Amino acid sequence: MDLIYDILREAIAPTTAAFALAAIGLNFHFGLTGLLNMGQAGFMLLGMYGYAITVREGGPIWLGVIVAIACAAVFGLILGWPTLKLRGDYLAIVTIAAAEMIRYLGRSQNLNDLTGASTGIRGNDFKGSFEMLSPFPDSQVTFLVWTFHGTRSTSWWLLVVGWTLVALMLLMYWRLSKSPWGRVLKGIREDEDAVRSLGKNVYSYKMQALVIGGVIGALAGIIWALGASVQPDSMGRPTTFWIWTLLLLGGAATIFGPVLGSILFWGSLVAVKGLASLLIPETLLNTQELEPFSLTLVGITLMCLVIFRPQGILGDKKELAFND
Amino acid sequence: MTDDVFASVPQEPGAPKPDPIVVADNVHRHFGGLTAVDVKHFEVQRGAITALIGPNGAGKSTFFNLLTGFDKPQTGDWLFNGHSLKGVSPAKVARAGKVRTFQLTKALSRMTVLENMRLGASDQSGENFFVAFAKPLWKDREEEITAKAHVLLKRFKLYEKKDDYAGTLSGGQRKLLEMARALMSDPEMVMLDEPMAGVNPALTESLLDHIVQLKQEGVTVLFVEHDMHMVRRISDWVVVMAEGRIIAEGPPHTVMQNTEVQEAYLGAHMDTDLSEEGS
Repeated sequence: MDLIYDILREAIAPTTAAFALAAIGLNFHFGLTGLLNMGQAGFMLLGMYGYAITVREGGPIWLGVIVAIACAAVFGLILGWPTLKLRGDYLAIVTIAAAEMIRYLGRSQNLNDLTGASTGIRGNDFKGSFEMLSPFPDSQVTFLVWTFHGTRSTSWWLLVVGWTLVALMLLMYWRLSKSPWGRVLKGIREDEDAVRSLGKNVYSYKMQALVIGGVIGALAGIIWALGASVQPDSMGRPTTFWIWTLLLLGGAATIFGPVLGSILFWGSLVAVKGLASLLIPETLLNTQELEPFSLTLVGITLMCLVIFRPQGILGDKKELAFND
Repeated sequence: MTDDVFASVPQEPGAPKPDPIVVADNVHRHFGGLTAVDVKHFEVQRGAITALIGPNGAGKSTFFNLLTGFDKPQTGDWLFNGHSLKGVSPAKVARAGKVRTFQLTKALSRMTVLENMRLGASDQSGENFFVAFAKPLWKDREEEITAKAHVLLKRFKLYEKKDDYAGTLSGGQRKLLEMARALMSDPEMVMLDEPMAGVNPALTESLLDHIVQLKQEGVTVLFVEHDMHMVRRISDWVVVMAEGRIIAEGPPHTVMQNTEVQEAYLGAHMDTDLSEEGS
């Protein structure tokens, strides 16, 4: 019973919402435009820093959000400027390196006063003003099967804000992907030169997609940070790969794919961990080995998924029937 | 009609035309030491069908890419409707009214045939990021272009396929789709890169008819082709390229009799009897 509760709790947790958001951003990049952004965690980390530092220094919440968005937008412009004129693979190389640069910069001792170096920024330094706004009581609240704190850290308050943001971004993705703007992006995903020959400025559209997706990534970073703290090392390459995994799991270029993918990914991770600790005796697999073991298992499951259902759970098999 | 237009045109490389829509001068493109295109002077008559032919490696496709901004030459200038298109991006060339198709068809596979068509239309305010949010602002234009797409799809016999993914079409149907899509923006000139390559014979006739119909609607057509039968059937004027240069120009029925053209295609010693050589 505890295990089922843990899975249900993980399914709606703010981190799950944060990953869903980051994956919606990546869906703008990859699903819609075909851009291989391998540095989504870098956009998230910039969003975290932008928000946390602004608010820690006494800035209001809205300013923190704007700074986070601006950081991600500028980062997107700088990344896209040299790479978007080149073939797709170059963007992948540059983004993965740039995201790592952000992380290394963040953890460097020289920036200790600004970013807190490798320890990061404590949650208490920037969460206060957000938690003050909470309409929920300052205690544990049980709703249906779930029990969360009302206002602090992983709270009902953050949950509501996080999932509302997810809903808004889904709405935005839905509206834009079914507009002429989205049609140009899909065209670019299929064949850039064809779109050029039809009179569209491909470079500008790719830039727009990169910035939009990155900004949504920054918002994901804020939600993550408000549930935990700012930790540069939590936004390393694995985070980017998880976002990719759950996007492909749910189905790229679908509307609900990122959300379903995030819920299933984090839910199944908890499930595998729980089952393994129940069924495998301590002598074979101790507690420290549990985490890597379950990640491996989830990884294998996902590999199977990508091999046998490459379009993801919500994807349309027909779209993959032809490849040229 | 058009025969009269060409009556006064000398049958020589770089011949001036009475009413040129494209004029190119000294276009030179080399890749390292290899000269791909070296065109001294080239004109395309407005409202006519001009064929660009030549043996493999003659530089036809490269010249096509240069004229449409997909490739940049080392030297040269070229005008479209009197405006220089030198250094202009492919997108702007298309917006100026000169739309091209590709030798290897670029149907956008994971989009429906109708979406392919809509993408071809110009002046869509909904293609702006901020306008895209407000459907009422682009709904009318969307209906307009959808209606236009329906008309074109019917004409190109693709209407029944409009909701299918373009990736499910046959090679010939993709060529048709690409041509129809290029017409969505009402171009003044279309440039077709090997429109017949990979098209099955049953579709060839209808493709030819479509190209002739374009001319009747006042669109200028320039196409690259290997199939001499097709060139003879529909073109008003033929330009022959070999080794990057224009070596001959003339009406389709006489240009192939030019000895330089025959040499370019068959080699310089075609009339030498090999059996007597060396004995």
